[in-house]
Amino acid sequence: MTVETKRLLTTSKAISEAIAQEMERDPSVFAMGEDIGTYGGIFGATEGLLAKFGPERVMDTPISETGFIGAATGAAIAGMRPIVELMFVDFFGVAMDQIYNHMAKIHYESGGNVKVPVVLTTAIGGGYSDGAQHSQTLYGLFAHLPGMKIVVPSTPYDAKGLMISAIRDDNPVLYMFHKGVMGLGWMTPNPRATGHVPEEPYAIPIGKADVKRQGKDVTIVTLSLMVHRALDAAEDLAREGIDAEVIDLRSVIPLDREAIIESVRKTHRLLVVDEDYRSFGLTGEVITSVVEGAFDHLDVPPARLAYPDVPIPYSRPLEQFCLPNRETIAAAARQLVV
Amino acid sequence: MPSNETLRAMHRQMVRIRLFEETIQQCYFEGKLPAFDIAAGPVPGEMHLAAGQEPVAAGVCAHLRPSDTVTATHRPHHVALAHGMDMRRMAAEIFGKDTGLGHGKGGHMHLFDPATNFGCSGIIAEGMPGAVGAALAARKQGRDDIAVSFFGEGAANQGAFHESLNLAAVWKVGVVFVCEDNDWAISVPKAKSTAIASNADRAAAYGMPGVLIPDNDPVAVYEAAGEAVARARRGGGPSLIEVKTQRLLGHFEGDPQLYRTAEEMERLKATDALHIFERRLVDTGVLAEADAAEAWTAARAEVDDAIGFARTSPYPQPSDALLHVFA
Repeated sequence: MTVETKRLLTTSKAISEAIAQEMERDPSVFAMGEDIGTYGGIFGATEGLLAKFGPERVMDTPISETGFIGAATGAAIAGMRPIVELMFVDFFGVAMDQIYNHMAKIHYESGGNVKVPVVLTTAIGGGYSDGAQHSQTLYGLFAHLPGMKIVVPSTPYDAKGLMISAIRDDNPVLYMFHKGVMGLGWMTPNPRATGHVPEEPYAIPIGKADVKRQGKDVTIVTLSLMVHRALDAAEDLAREGIDAEVIDLRSVIPLDREAIIESVRKTHRLLVVDEDYRSFGLTGEVITSVVEGAFDHLDVPPARLAYPDVPIPYSRPLEQFCLPNRETIAAAARQLVV
Repeated sequence: MPSNETLRAMHRQMVRIRLFEETIQQCYFEGKLPAFDIAAGPVPGEMHLAAGQEPVAAGVCAHLRPSDTVTATHRPHHVALAHGMDMRRMAAEIFGKDTGLGHGKGGHMHLFDPATNFGCSGIIAEGMPGAVGAALAARKQGRDDIAVSFFGEGAANQGAFHESLNLAAVWKVGVVFVCEDNDWAISVPKAKSTAIASNADRAAAYGMPGVLIPDNDPVAVYEAAGEAVARARRGGGPSLIEVKTQRLLGHFEGDPQLYRTAEEMERLKATDALHIFERRLVDTGVLAEADAAEAWTAARAEVDDAIGFARTSPYPQPSDALLHVFA
């Protein structure tokens, strides 16, 4: 008799393992950012790398995002594969020119002659009262600007496979990890932030969504921490006899429109759940894709549940009021089905 | 002191840059007059020409090899040519043609050339961090190649300037920062924008050598750059050179330059560094009159050939606009 044991990792450990394996495989890969060395990354994404690879390949930088993110672009053009961390996505304002005017555009401006293989990692998301400048997700903002791929994993398994793909990709890839999916000891415990991760390296293709729960009554399209919330809601709905399908986008750019449309063709109902701001963003894009691609299959108008168009408040009841959660997701899905 | 051969090569370089810029200027105004229409003619859009700034490019790039990275500004032609960019493909890019370096996707402010490791940016000072990264990459790859970052005096008040200098110094990577001080940030003179007289003094804040070249002299630039490049190559870290150079033309073509006095315009003509340099080489016997004339003739032919190539090259297919977002 064989006993099968599953290797369990938190998302943060899955990410650092992916980086370590790629650094072992490819000497052109290196990591830099604020507090990514000795500290191991504020959210643990680079834990243990300094001890393994030394300070030339795991570089703590000054608080100088324009400088070191721009340097990552320059190093990538010169043949390296940098992984560079913007500690919180909210800090993009001090370095956005380097990101969207340089990292994202040089390949296009060069007519394809210059490649910029940078992985820009960044922490996203709120729910723990960190206020308006440390809690946003903002993938919709970055996705609006052409030239960068964007991945937003929700599980340890996806986090490892998407990091390996991001590092091997010849394009700039924005790798956004939600603080609430990392499995950190100092965040509210989240059982879904720990999961099975194979030890050997594997790649998950960028641009492929994943059906995290099969269902036939309603499609819930979401990503990142909201996948966990939607799965919780789907369990509640199941007890009422509503069978929800939960699609984890995993990538924002490219967006897997086919997977969304395929699911809606089956369920005929669409709910989009998003922690990013409601207007001019991901929810609108997903719904438009379905209207364009599967309008005749919709039994009811599509619905969305997103962050209201307000800066993120500090006080717990204020912030929690704004965030989609298990109950509000279930309620929104229920409304589509009755 | 540069050898006579080097002096003649620098002269030839400056002449071909000057003729290129003057010819682009003529092409630029084709189809745009009498009522100036920035979108019309064979060379549409903004055009920033570098006539007068040849000494900086020629003096610095004389020390470089194609594997050295060079980043430049929205006014990049002189540096690109001095670093060895193919003039035909460069002209074709400026004309928006499919044979251009970027198949017409970049334009004159966005010239990227893997063959010479050249890149430029239309955003003030934001080309600088990339140079620091290129120098970092060279060290990681065990190469003694360096990076040179050209920028204007207007860039020295941007955060990216200060971040780049600090980062290069902290990492002790081989970057030469070259400030082309033409005294004008479009219409704002340096005296009104910058708290100190010389940006070379700012080098001290980042623990690196700073040198001021006060007179747009290609020989002085050559000598200062020689030291800085050698220091960078041997792992001695970054340096800053500021050259008080001259912008003979407007910020962009079509700029009425109402902010400049008639006296300044006269003075510019009288102190044109290219003509002074050429006269000096002839007077000191480094360059025969006939060789000086030959430099202009050869450059004329080279520029005419490049412009002809650009004119006769095909445009990209319109739908090619959708290509090359991703590799």
